[in-house]
Amino acid sequence: MEEETRVICITCPKGCALDVTREGATVLEIRGGGCKRGQEYVKAELADPRRMVATTVRIRGGLHPLLPVYTAAPFPKGRIADLLAELRTLELRVPVKMGEVVLKNALGTGIDILASRTMTRLKEKNGEM
Amino acid sequence: MARKSKYDVVVIGSGPGGLAAAISAKKNGAEDVLIIERDLELGGILQQCIHNGFGLEVLKKDLPGPAYAQLYINEALALGVETLLDTMVLDVSPRRRIYATNKRDGVLDLEAHAIVLAMGCRERTRAQVRLPGTRPAGVYTAGTAQRWVNVEGYMPGKRFVILGSGDIGMIMARRLTFEGAKVERVLEVMPFLTGLMRNYVQCLMDYDIPLQLRHTVKRILGKDRVEAVESVQVDEHWNPIAGTEEIIPCDTLLLSVGLIPENELSRKAGVSLDPITGGPFVNNEFQTSVPGIFSAGNVVHVYDLVDWVTEAGLLAGKSAAAFAQRERESEIRHLPLLPGENVRYVIPHRVDKESLATGDVRLQMRVKQPIEAPVWVEVRSGEKLITRKGEPYVRPGEMVTLVLPSKVYDEVRQARELSLAVVGR
Ligand SMILES: Cc1cc2nc3c(=O)[nH]c(=O)nc-3n(C[C@H](O)[C@H](O)[C@H](O)COP(=O)(O)OP(=O)(O)OC[C@H]3O[C@@H](n4cnc5c(N)ncnc54)[C@H](O)[C@@H]3O)c2cc1C
Ligand code: SF4
Repeated sequence: MEEETRVICITCPKGCALDVTREGATVLEIRGGGCKRGQEYVKAELADPRRMVATTVRIRGGLHPLLPVYTAAPFPKGRIADLLAELRTLELRVPVKMGEVVLKNALGTGIDILASRTMTRLKEKNGEM
Repeated sequence: MARKSKYDVVVIGSGPGGLAAAISAKKNGAEDVLIIERDLELGGILQQCIHNGFGLEVLKKDLPGPAYAQLYINEALALGVETLLDTMVLDVSPRRRIYATNKRDGVLDLEAHAIVLAMGCRERTRAQVRLPGTRPAGVYTAGTAQRWVNVEGYMPGKRFVILGSGDIGMIMARRLTFEGAKVERVLEVMPFLTGLMRNYVQCLMDYDIPLQLRHTVKRILGKDRVEAVESVQVDEHWNPIAGTEEIIPCDTLLLSVGLIPENELSRKAGVSLDPITGGPFVNNEFQTSVPGIFSAGNVVHVYDLVDWVTEAGLLAGKSAAAFAQRERESEIRHLPLLPGENVRYVIPHRVDKESLATGDVRLQMRVKQPIEAPVWVEVRSGEKLITRKGEPYVRPGEMVTLVLPSKVYDEVRQARELSLAVVGR
């Protein structure tokens, strides 16, 4: 039986709505969207939904007690809760540089968790010099 | 360390607007550029916006707020932009003097050839949306909660209701869920979502957080701490519809009800503000109504994408650098005329050197003391005599006139200042 769903593309701030016709797991047609990336997004969203995840990790010795971190690539949606639990067990030490890998291959997904900013010992500037 | 008393360009605020302005001023020929920031570090509000989605339009990257800021912080520091952190600007004068304060230096008094205002915006608070009910603890703006949760590391509550469907509110709903809290409801008085659709999908829908449009908070319940809010549906004129009330138990209410440009300093500087945007009137170079005072970012109007804040900052910084250069040149080009021995004053106070290239300049002065004998009225550059004229006598009541002839142009061009004296012959 054919089934109609509407999926909102979250790739860019435009947030276009795309209409999808499916039969079981097979996508028959995708209509709408402001650009090509919309089609890709919808296919991926129906087969294996993923999201960028940004959170914080404890850190010692810096200006703040938390270091913001993010996933290097969109992370499987169903496993976000497990990822957050895993990150809650970490405790880092300064210095950390923006882009540094904080957790490699998180939960075996092949996706690294990166530092969103540089954090140095207190009293130093946060620049990379 | 800021130890100069005069800068080419001073930028107030170090968010993406201020950082871009400082970088661009430096790249466009400003000699010394200083950023003054009241926080302990550079980056502005982006340091607490840890979610992704920054840089999609211009950088074509999907970065968290702090990473977006870090790119510009690194660039500014590498270019030699000076910074003064943990320093609050108290006042700015229309003549571009800046008064600031910090623990180390007490009060600082600086001058700038050009200023860029980049103070960002602040959130509307409970008082500005007029919420009735008791005044218990547990009512905060979404941005305050964002700073606590993302930077300082503590949770303001366990069960939340969020008023307003703006991006900050929706992003906080997801963030609080990540940290183990329950977000009971997002209420929006308008018939439509006020934030971006992508945030509705990835912040509310993904975590089954209910959004109710055309709903608002009727009152807040609780004595010492919020215990519940009473929500109500509204009609097209925002009037509550009787019978639609609902008590939602919660311990915290977050307000995400809009941002207003932060323009206390602009007002003090004499900058005229547009009552609609709440920010300064600006021209296409982002110059305000006060010459030499520019502005960039959310201080001008509230942007929805940081990319455009950066673009605005780049343009404002470039314009400020150009203005500063013209000011500097004009300082070199305009020669002060100083009253020396027995001269009370001289008009004009300053001479444009270039006007001598095309013609004579007439100077008029008064003496302090009468001399009833022949005198020289002399114009000198340091020790060097530029021109002089004889007078049979001088008296304070009778103005003395002297012409600076066009033929002294070459000598005057080398001078830094000219002094006038009336001496015995
Ligand atoms: C709580 C909050 C959350 C936001 N979240 C998002 C978001 O998720 N995504 C998004 O795109 N946009 C968001 N915005 C909008 C965001 O502000 C802009 O995208 C961008 O950060 C604006 O940059 P700016 O440089 O104009 O101001 P800001 O980043 O606000 O920087 C202004 C700086 O000026 C400093 N300052 C102010 N007054 C003085 C003074 N008197 N002396 C010294 N320093 C001073 C402040 O400390 C601050 O560091 C948010 C805004 C707020 C208020
Ligand atoms: S379809 Fe294209 S334009 Fe529309 S939201 Fe997706 S990426 Fe943006």
